[in-house]
Amino acid sequence: MSDDIVLDVHDLHTHFFLRRGVVKAVDGVSFSLRRGEVLGLVGESGCGKSVTALSLLRLLPKGAARTVQGEIELEGEDILKTSDREMRQIRGRKIAMILQDPQTSLNPVFSIGNQLRETIAKHFPGPGGTVTQRAIEALRNVRLAAPEQRMDQYPHQLSGGMKQRVVGAIAISCEPLVMIADEPTTALDVTIQLQYLNLLKELQEASNMAILFITHDFGVVAKMCDHVAVMYAGRIVERGPVRQVFDNPTHPYTQALIASVPKMGDQRGRLHTIEGQPPEFSDLPVGCRFAPRCAFVEDKCLSTYPTDFSVGNGHTSACWKLEKPE
Amino acid sequence: MTEPLLRVENLRKYFAHTKGILAAKNMGQVKAVDDINFTIATGETLGLVGESGCGKTTTSKLILHLENPTSGKVLLQGKPIHGMEREALRDYRADVQAVFQDPWSSLNPRMTIGKIISESLTVTKWGKRAEIEERVRDLLIEVGLRPEHAQQYPHEFSGGQRQRIALASALASKPKLIVLDEPVSALDVSIRAQILNLLKDIQERENVAYLLIAHNLATVRHMAHQTAVMYLGQIVEYAPTKSLFDDVQHPYTKALFSAVLPDHPDLQNDEIVLAGEVPSPLDPPSGCRFHTRCPFVMPECSQEEPPLRETKPGHLVACHLYPTA
Repeated sequence: MSDDIVLDVHDLHTHFFLRRGVVKAVDGVSFSLRRGEVLGLVGESGCGKSVTALSLLRLLPKGAARTVQGEIELEGEDILKTSDREMRQIRGRKIAMILQDPQTSLNPVFSIGNQLRETIAKHFPGPGGTVTQRAIEALRNVRLAAPEQRMDQYPHQLSGGMKQRVVGAIAISCEPLVMIADEPTTALDVTIQLQYLNLLKELQEASNMAILFITHDFGVVAKMCDHVAVMYAGRIVERGPVRQVFDNPTHPYTQALIASVPKMGDQRGRLHTIEGQPPEFSDLPVGCRFAPRCAFVEDKCLSTYPTDFSVGNGHTSACWKLEKPE
Repeated sequence: MTEPLLRVENLRKYFAHTKGILAAKNMGQVKAVDDINFTIATGETLGLVGESGCGKTTTSKLILHLENPTSGKVLLQGKPIHGMEREALRDYRADVQAVFQDPWSSLNPRMTIGKIISESLTVTKWGKRAEIEERVRDLLIEVGLRPEHAQQYPHEFSGGQRQRIALASALASKPKLIVLDEPVSALDVSIRAQILNLLKDIQERENVAYLLIAHNLATVRHMAHQTAVMYLGQIVEYAPTKSLFDDVQHPYTKALFSAVLPDHPDLQNDEIVLAGEVPSPLDPPSGCRFHTRCPFVMPECSQEEPPLRETKPGHLVACHLYPTA
């Protein structure tokens, strides 16, 4: 493998231990991120995409959930084996995160400047003036007007779009290698969403950081990502370069998901639907997890989980219909 | 011309903006809805599009008789709805129903599905108990659920199923109009298509009209016969959906279209990226309210408010760029 891989996740298993049993929310997920790459992790709610993100930062709810297997290599070092103290040096500095709702990710009783300085002082300790300078610079980088004045303002004085810019400023302030963006624009209005996505793309190109972009929206993937991985019920079912997956989706779930979204060019007519619901984690099918909803289901799908089959150029899909008859 | 099912005439809703608790000081008015006009025909869908704070929800509340207008009228089949009392209002509530965005908060967790659906029938003494039970059974089947679900409680259902239940209870009184306020945006992607198809099937069978409030343009394109675009309390463009989508005229509508994310990585279409954010409705810009963010702004835009004019048959635009046809 080439050495510009910054994050390599291998066979990650994160389980929730509940009174009613074990929920395997992430069940054997592998992917890698190169320097400057934007990877989209797409799936519906409950497919395990956010739990994957929290596992990477080791921010799982204590006692309830644990990563039981796998490796997360950041620049070649397995961060699952590091101490809590070392992990605190990684969070914010090497891996930063932007969450969906800026209303809850900023602390309402501290000023914007205070919250920015906290992160910067942790990773780049120095005289107060330098830290403040760096904080103002971060606000300027996310194109907030009048950054000096913003430092003394509180979250409630800013609009949703501006708050999410502040969250972005905190995330980039320590020049991370990897940014995890978990549905960062879902709570924003459409015209503000476009501004924010353009901003993220600019920041990413300027700093060459890698982004793991978690979303349920294929439009966001089409706009932002180089590669895409589609998750269903705790596993990645299809992955590949973004153009290839859009031109030639091979997993029936990916196909159905793309087809079920109304398109701008469409006339009034019926939409393609995926019948049924995603499975319960407590009662997963034995074979392919999508089999009960799949239009192409065969006997084999019900008994055995398919392996990843290559479709060429790093595009793989876990579906038995791609198995070459020999 | 025959009278449409619903007519909204010069509708205005201003909220007083006050500061302080005791001896509240009046700080001005928020013009949430400011002189809007539209009609909805029987069995048709009007899509209402706009960003948060543009007045879509206030408009729906006025139509649902949950707010009283500052001025202007809402007429159902020619009869003004505000000022109605007792029986007339009860009939109106049966004729105009709503389905809201969040099916987790819109269903009472302590009531069985059967109770939720039949509540409006019981209140209006629609029929005998056996008749009501029969109706509930039919409604559950109509929205794609099973009759035995009537005995279960909301927490036993998924989001998509709950939205079906909300729809069944809206349909119980045989309404003529259903206000759909972002009916699928809280649902998972794979479930949205099921609900949108169901809404269309029901419209065809029952000939019910919809006021569809949505921010997703593709959804509106898919569902609506007519589309109205709102900005800061006013309608800026109003046209048959096909005409609007084929020939977008107002710069704000163009910006909304540019903000639609591409269906494919090769289709990047953000020609107009709006700078800044929606101004406060407390102090809206003079003249055309969009002039502060408009890429095609002209001197007269800040002076004179452009009226909603017909630029081609049925296509109305409020913009100085377009002279009357």
